[in-house]
Amino acid sequence: MMRTRLNLGWGAIRLYTILVYMFMFLPIAVVVLLSFNANQFGSFPMTGLSTRWFETLWQNETIMRAFRTSIVLGLLTAVISTTLGVLASLALVRYSVPGRNLITTLLIAPILVPEVVLAVALLLFLNFLQIGKSFTLLLMGHVIFTLPFVILVVQARLVSIKRDVEEAALSLGASPRQTFMSVTLPLLMPAVAAGGLFAFTISFDDITGTLFWKPGGIETVPTQIFSMLRNSISPEINALGTVIIALTVGLPLLGLALARRMNKTSGG
Amino acid sequence: MSAVSLTNIVKQFGTFTAVHRMSLDIAQGSFVTLLGPSGCGKTTTLRMIAGLLDATEGEIAINGKRMNDVPIHKRNLGLVFQNYALFPHKTVAENIAFGLNYRNVSKEETQRKVADALELVQLPDLGARYPKELSGGQQQRIALARAIVIEPDVLLLDEPLSALDANLREDMRVELKRIQQRIGVTTVFVTHDQTEALAMSDQIIVMSKGRVEQVGSPEEVYNSPASEFVAQFLGASNILSGTSLGIQGDELGLQIIDFPRLVIPRSRAPQITGVGPAKLVIRAEKLHLVPKTAPADDRLAVAATVENVDYQGQSARYFLRVGNHALQAINMIEDHPFETGAQVSLRFRAKDCSALPGGTSHDAQ
Repeated sequence: MMRTRLNLGWGAIRLYTILVYMFMFLPIAVVVLLSFNANQFGSFPMTGLSTRWFETLWQNETIMRAFRTSIVLGLLTAVISTTLGVLASLALVRYSVPGRNLITTLLIAPILVPEVVLAVALLLFLNFLQIGKSFTLLLMGHVIFTLPFVILVVQARLVSIKRDVEEAALSLGASPRQTFMSVTLPLLMPAVAAGGLFAFTISFDDITGTLFWKPGGIETVPTQIFSMLRNSISPEINALGTVIIALTVGLPLLGLALARRMNKTSGG
Repeated sequence: MSAVSLTNIVKQFGTFTAVHRMSLDIAQGSFVTLLGPSGCGKTTTLRMIAGLLDATEGEIAINGKRMNDVPIHKRNLGLVFQNYALFPHKTVAENIAFGLNYRNVSKEETQRKVADALELVQLPDLGARYPKELSGGQQQRIALARAIVIEPDVLLLDEPLSALDANLREDMRVELKRIQQRIGVTTVFVTHDQTEALAMSDQIIVMSKGRVEQVGSPEEVYNSPASEFVAQFLGASNILSGTSLGIQGDELGLQIIDFPRLVIPRSRAPQITGVGPAKLVIRAEKLHLVPKTAPADDRLAVAATVENVDYQGQSARYFLRVGNHALQAINMIEDHPFETGAQVSLRFRAKDCSALPGGTSHDAQ
């Protein structure tokens, strides 16, 4: 009696879980599935398997340009964000900077402020300074967005690296800079890589800020999709979606695997 | 010339004085221990010698050269930490070679020195392993090898045995002393463990609350504590208030209520100058319990009551009462200890006693 009731309960929970997952992942699965549809309308029923939409995507110059822009923007954002993030974390964790807590809060704040507000604020500020929109401005915006993530990850790792290890290196004759390069940075590497990856994927995904900041004529992948959707739903978009999913899911997984491998050989 | 010499150094953190004005000379090749409870300033002193902290006042010299403004990486010191502080991303051999990379040592020379160092710490086959694949004791040996392979002017050890298991700690103690004697490096050792300090040191500096309480050989600080703090910190001591009856030749008379009159060697009470309040210090293991009915011998005797017994296997710690005095005694036992409530005779020798001036103890400051 108890047993069947228990089983029923577990069954219900199982069903509920499956429904939640379906709700979350079915739309994505549909996009991926339809991107291989041979039909010229991006909808069911499927008439056959084909990669023709990937081919047209490859030949679509506007999309490819947007794709290149997004990659360059993402990479630059990642490099600048991790560099700034590592330096800021070092200062905040290793040195007693006056107002350390305030600075940390300010650096983390962009996560808490709604993106639209931040986007408008930066735009108005630059307008006030009479600086026009440009790729550099777009890049700056993305750095502001992604910096908190890098700082959070790097700071957590830095706290776990004991000061003793650095002091040992110093006592053995390494200068502070050599100590950083040969001890601190290698130990920090998993966090730096994770931070960089975060920065790249966030930048690659971003649409709100990008819409506000991008100068005319420059499109990133999300803004390009957005403008394409205004006309019609082309099956190309499904193909593009599939590529983006592969990138944004695949890259972090790759990074995770790399970090795990590094951990295995170097300890942590 | 002293290997390390501290002259009037003071360390303040804000308004808190961690180390009060102290001077210290450490002889070339000696093993010197800074001993004291946590917060006594011993680690602060070590870190000032290392260059990890700046002295607020005073001068620090190593081999006669002023070091105050020399950064740590130019001081040529070996530093060993409580938690090993090995580089987790480098192999054992790379860890040991680390310091040599900054010293213009050729590749072949480095390899040879690393092998020698591994040999010295008796772990010749572990060069290719990573630190986390080693036990705590092995890691500490590697840390030691890494510190001595650079042939430092001074070896600084910050509680290096405290993270190890009790048994391992004793082995490492012997090992550490063997290696230190073999290479003859001047060593400053920081510990809160009196056993380690007594077993390993040529000289012990007992510290409390940022002040030096006593400097001396292990025998000196153990047998003739210069203050109540030292007497209490190094093993269990009984401290009884009484009166000095004055000095006669090289002997000192002492009167303690409920005790027979004592005559102790003058050398055991160097701080007492004449008649006045005084304190008798006698170690717990120097008080021997015998049955009340035992015949008198050449020792002094006083009647006592056993109030409590702490059985420790080969020995027992007794809590005793003699008149108004509460005493402790630690005796080896053969079969079973005296029981609680037993009336016993307490025997001890006057030459095992020492005396301090009464009333002005350091702790009271």
